[in-house]
Amino acid sequence: MIGIVGYGAYLPRYRIKAETIAQQWGSDPESIKRGLLLNEKTVPGQDEDTITISVEAAKNALKRARINPQEIGAVYIGSESHPYAVKPSGATLVDALGIGPHVHVASYEFACKAGSEAMYVAYSHVKAGEMKYALGIGADTSQGAPGDALEYSASAGGAAFIMGKENVIAEILFTHSFTTDTPDFWRREGEFYPRHAGRFTGEPAYFKHILGAGRALLEKSKLSPKDFKYAVFHMPNGKFPQEVGKKLGFTKEQLETGWIVPWMGNTYSGSSPTGLAAILDEAKPGDLIFMVSFGSGAGSDGFILKATDELPKVQNLAPKVRDLLNNNKIYLNYGEYAKFRKKIKVNE
Amino acid sequence: MKNVARYHREIPQRYRLEAGKCTNCGYIAFPPRLICPKCKSKKFETIRLSDEGKILTYTIIRVSAEQFSKQTPFAVGIIELNDGVRLTTQIVDTDLNNIEIGKKVKIVFRKVQEDGKAGILCYGYKAVLV
Repeated sequence: MIGIVGYGAYLPRYRIKAETIAQQWGSDPESIKRGLLLNEKTVPGQDEDTITISVEAAKNALKRARINPQEIGAVYIGSESHPYAVKPSGATLVDALGIGPHVHVASYEFACKAGSEAMYVAYSHVKAGEMKYALGIGADTSQGAPGDALEYSASAGGAAFIMGKENVIAEILFTHSFTTDTPDFWRREGEFYPRHAGRFTGEPAYFKHILGAGRALLEKSKLSPKDFKYAVFHMPNGKFPQEVGKKLGFTKEQLETGWIVPWMGNTYSGSSPTGLAAILDEAKPGDLIFMVSFGSGAGSDGFILKATDELPKVQNLAPKVRDLLNNNKIYLNYGEYAKFRKKIKVNE
Repeated sequence: MKNVARYHREIPQRYRLEAGKCTNCGYIAFPPRLICPKCKSKKFETIRLSDEGKILTYTIIRVSAEQFSKQTPFAVGIIELNDGVRLTTQIVDTDLNNIEIGKKVKIVFRKVQEDGKAGILCYGYKAVLV
């Protein structure tokens, strides 16, 4: 049996409400909240970035996996906000957690699906018999330009998954990836904020790729949506994952547990992985889980997982996603938020 | 420019709270020492300190060194970890009015400083209220 042996999530404590952003730009808060189904989002502290979020998420994954970190053979961090343009985020993480130095490390990038990419490769290494354990992480401190629709969603957080063969808590039964050249969202080298093609990010990008990967997964597995207890999709806003779930044949009840975006925002590479972590917090042995990520540019990675008898033993060993979302919140006003996100020009 | 070699040398302590425990008398030195100040032994084993503790005392910094000026006001405390070792660090992610002597904290991994716009990023430990 091959799959997840430990998982963990991390979300910053700071928040900003959708209405605070709407008021700043003279938009109607109610129509934003209704249109995007977003209430508030996480904001990273001034001392937090993709590296620190990855370390905290991976610490929680290690608590659940109960393994010797030295046995981890690969560490991959997927993000579109790696703190360095040149210097791998994972190198800091392995030294922080006592992994390595005999370890393969790489930074991944594929817009919002870099996290599922890291999980996919980590899983493949273990499946190939190359190593005992491999760690895949999706984490971001997402950027959204001031006044842009993205500003309501771009948030911070991440989730980490340790793949292995012993004491598996969620077996990975099937995977599938789907990729085409679709310029729906991008950030050129040296640019601070990403650009997007408005409505083009919907039908030809998000929906086409998730449906492409999702339908192929169902076909491969010979399963139907009603066989699953849970489903989670990339969450750029509240509406898209619900719509794509419906198109694939999933019900609102199946989506509910992983649908954390109204209170978390879009954590980019951390989005569907953190939704999966929220599902693993509650799943019971035998439950089937359907997950499809989406990264602009564009592509989707799909996973079918099955919770094992080991899962209930580890669920309480580290903080749960809903607790991270609901506890210790600190609300920021727009000025504080602008300072935290370095949106204010200052003299160096 | 930040001293890259010095930062690199201190990584085991700043990232992983590695300390030296005297194998003769049990004294824990953080950062590690060559000679035990208690029994003068030179034999130490490397241990990782507890990541939980309590606030022994603290102060609020309102006028800081230049590289921390965007963070003021912020709290710096002396934390006593569960294994008795004390360390000085920022207490973050809270309204300053919530900080009290005796409150429980846990150690988290954070960015401590940046060497300007183009230099290295320096990571290490800070404390948050539990």
